[in-house]
Amino acid sequence: MGRDGTPAAAPAVRITAEKLADKQHEISVTEFFEKNKQVLGFDSRTKSLLMGVKEAVDNSLDACEESEFLPDIIVKITNTGEEEYKVSIEDNGPGIVHRAMPNVFGRLLYGSRFHALRQSRGQQGIGISATVMFANISTGRPAHVASKTEGLDAVAWEMDIAVDTKTNRPVVTNDKAFSWAGKEHGTLIEYVTKGRYIRGSQSIFEYLKETAIVNPHARIEFHDPDGKTYVFERATDTMPHKAKEIKPHPKGMEIGDMMNYSSMSEEKTVKDFLKNDFCRMTPRLADEICTKAKIDPKSSPRDLGREGSMALIKGIGEVKIMDPPSECLSPIGDVLIKKGLMHTLEGMRPEYYATPVTRSPKAVNGNPFTVEAGIIYGGDIPADGQVTLMRFANRVPLLYQQGADVITKAVGEVDWRRYGLEQRGGKGLPYGPAIILVHVASTKVPFTSEGKEAIATFPEIEEEIIAALKLCARNLKSHLNKMDKKSKTHEKFDIVQGILPDLAKKVAEQLGKPVPDLSQTISKIMNVVWIEPVKERIDGGRRISYDIYNYTVRPHSFMIHLQIPAECMNDTITGGAFFDSAKEDGKSQWLIKDLPASTSVRISFELRGDMADTFDPDDVYISGINPVMVMGAESLPGDWGIKGMKITESEDDYIQDTSDEEEEEAEALEEEEFEKEADE
Amino acid sequence: MNDRQKTALESLTKIAEDIYADLEKGDIPAMRLPLRSKRNIEFDPMTQVWKYGSMKTLRTAKTTQGATTMLRTAYTTDFINEMIREDKSSTLREMYYISEGWNRAKFHTQDESNLLAEDLETVTHCMREDFKLRPEEGSAHVYGDINFRTRTKKGMKTFNCMDDVAETGFGIPYSVEKETFEIKNDNIKFVMALETGGMFARLIENGFPERENCLLVHLSGQPTRSTRRLLKRLNEEEGLPIVVFTDGDPWSFRIFASIAYGAIKTAHISDYLATPTAQFVGITASDILNYDLPTDKLSDKDIGALKAELSDPRFSDEFWDTEIRAMLEMNKKAEQQALAKYGLDYVTDTYLPEKLTQMGIM
Repeated sequence: MGRDGTPAAAPAVRITAEKLADKQHEISVTEFFEKNKQVLGFDSRTKSLLMGVKEAVDNSLDACEESEFLPDIIVKITNTGEEEYKVSIEDNGPGIVHRAMPNVFGRLLYGSRFHALRQSRGQQGIGISATVMFANISTGRPAHVASKTEGLDAVAWEMDIAVDTKTNRPVVTNDKAFSWAGKEHGTLIEYVTKGRYIRGSQSIFEYLKETAIVNPHARIEFHDPDGKTYVFERATDTMPHKAKEIKPHPKGMEIGDMMNYSSMSEEKTVKDFLKNDFCRMTPRLADEICTKAKIDPKSSPRDLGREGSMALIKGIGEVKIMDPPSECLSPIGDVLIKKGLMHTLEGMRPEYYATPVTRSPKAVNGNPFTVEAGIIYGGDIPADGQVTLMRFANRVPLLYQQGADVITKAVGEVDWRRYGLEQRGGKGLPYGPAIILVHVASTKVPFTSEGKEAIATFPEIEEEIIAALKLCARNLKSHLNKMDKKSKTHEKFDIVQGILPDLAKKVAEQLGKPVPDLSQTISKIMNVVWIEPVKERIDGGRRISYDIYNYTVRPHSFMIHLQIPAECMNDTITGGAFFDSAKEDGKSQWLIKDLPASTSVRISFELRGDMADTFDPDDVYISGINPVMVMGAESLPGDWGIKGMKITESEDDYIQDTSDEEEEEAEALEEEEFEKEADE
Repeated sequence: MNDRQKTALESLTKIAEDIYADLEKGDIPAMRLPLRSKRNIEFDPMTQVWKYGSMKTLRTAKTTQGATTMLRTAYTTDFINEMIREDKSSTLREMYYISEGWNRAKFHTQDESNLLAEDLETVTHCMREDFKLRPEEGSAHVYGDINFRTRTKKGMKTFNCMDDVAETGFGIPYSVEKETFEIKNDNIKFVMALETGGMFARLIENGFPERENCLLVHLSGQPTRSTRRLLKRLNEEEGLPIVVFTDGDPWSFRIFASIAYGAIKTAHISDYLATPTAQFVGITASDILNYDLPTDKLSDKDIGALKAELSDPRFSDEFWDTEIRAMLEMNKKAEQQALAKYGLDYVTDTYLPEKLTQMGIM
């Protein structure tokens, strides 16, 4: 307020700067968030119910991973009144020590991960306490928390916690020790909150389902308000590779970070601070930065202050530094993505899982990141309408703000029409029976807001997503081609197994002659070596068989190659008929010698164990024969690592099926259609 | 069994023998048929009609469609041969239903069975009638002072198509061959084929047949084989000029073409069905302009049909080229009854006399 305004003539109370100052008081972080709930994602009742579960589950998964327990998480939601629900989340994590419990659940921005640089789900430590606070405010009731740490004699502790919004301090009541029967370690949080329970694409069920997909090592149990229980069973006992903590990368520093970080440094000089407190730095680079920033390398980092920090960041910007190391990342990996998808989406019986793709790590702004993608196609996945897009950041499903996300943008940039999906004008979400999964993992996922609902658009990330999607899409396309080829061959099967025998019988009967032998004709029509997988479930695994028919007019020799999961190698494979050899990594081959025309043989073996499901019986490769003569197998790829059998026969004995006549007949029919004349 | 039927039986047996021989040799069974499309019709100067050219299509058992059609062929030939031997006959529709018991050879639509019957005609050079197959529906109706002597349940009987019939006219049977259908004409001077029943009734009511010694033939849409055969006989045996009066749209042009030039589907028997001297009265595109007729806009299908006609060899003369292009350009079509704009008598008092005089008929 200035003095230049006309002084009030009336004897009104003049508000002086002093008085204003009296009214101003510090607004606590807690109070700020209370007034800006949308920042945290608590802006609607449906969303706030989900957010609470999400924060708790994310924390549980993180904690289990850190202490290397296979997570067992139970989520229960019960309706306790109008738009009021009791939510309880229990895990088998390492537990929280008694003295830390109040701060973990009752104080915003409190957490161990704030300064750690590695991939984790909860990145800011705001989440669970915000949930407690929101429940607190909406129902006036504190949250109930119980925890037990590992160890035989450790007792469990429970307490009720509320958040004092003015001071950002926990208010604890009923703090007491108890014996938690049957629980070795873990944490339980229970709170009553206002909320609205919904079903569908932004529901808690969907969130847990998608969580199960990208966390196949977790078992998640969900009791919904209608009393139904859903269990997403653990799909693998393999824990995700543990992300290592790394020092910050210089390029990732913002001004606040740098001021903070430098003031806390234990190094004596700026040069040592640069060299030792960051990753990817060398003495030479540290000197170079100091020169560019015009800072004395021997000065103390604690004296940098604002100006010095700014100069340093500018200097860092002018030098070239290696990208950060990527061991701080923990991608899910192609095998486990596939397992997770198969396990969770089995009900939709998808026809095809495109081999998931994990890209090698890249960096954006000094933060390493990696992109993974997978596509599932066909089966009972709805074919009308756009594909379902599942977005994940650091193994956490993103259910809101799809339109604002770089993943959505990248999916829309791919021309899916080239890969066999419909897409209007070659832009935007494609249409068809498919689910597309994209996972972005980073030490610091650049979200568009604190609600962590959408990933911001960075060209580096977008490019990587597009590259991953295209790789997946190529697999999808080759599958679709394969299916197309197969259906054509199935058509020929109909001919030789059904129509032709009928025809022979009918003309023979009409002419009073014996039914002719058809094997020659059949071979001429098929003119292929046909390899057909037969899949059976057996106790504790599956039996895979291949029926191999020589539907040609001459004998053939060739090799069949399969990538058996190395863990599944067993005697039924190596001891089976036609088996030739196998390598350490499970690449196995079978030799079929001189299979006579119009005959068939069968290869058969059993697969057991954890990885049995990851074997795709449709991935069959052949060598030693012209691949155009073979249906149901692909030519052995160059990167298989071994030389397949050489083709010994000449190619000219394969008569390419010229389809001119077929076309002509079809065309003639078409014209007849056009020339509709009643000719009775 | 007459000679024609004997020939049919032998020809059909030959088809089965050929298939059997292919299978016995270990070959893929195949049949060679004339390509039945507009690309393969040629003008025969001898008979002045359009017939199939030399282009062939190969039907092999390599495709599901080819193999299925061949299986149906085997069943159909067997079925026909049995009918010939037992002196029975069936309608095309009955054959369609009989195929219910043929498993894989079953026809899914009657079009399929009709097409197959035509295929057999082209391969054997026999007629459908020789196969003891007949259409289930009657054919066109005629009205005018002419006598037909035909077979009835009480033996051969003579009908006068004006005195002995009601105003719906005389319904002609499916077979109008000499053996069972005789024509005796004293008074008729020309024959007019009409597309619509409305016009047929209008001309009768207006007394046009009596006044002009004209025989009216109601085509009811696309003319059936026996209708075209009757027109052909009236023209050839009785020397009567044939004129065709239809709506003014692309489909009506095709009705005329099937009468005058031969239909694409039945080009194998064009010289038996087509009347090359038949003339088109209207409605032409020029009529629409000259008589200022009420019109409708051409639909997308109409436009497509007109464009297809431009590449149809049967329409490749100056008259049709001009007419088709004119119609495309004005983007309009008209019904023959649009002439009623000028009163009910206009068609008989003005339009037809004008047009027929120009053509030298009246």
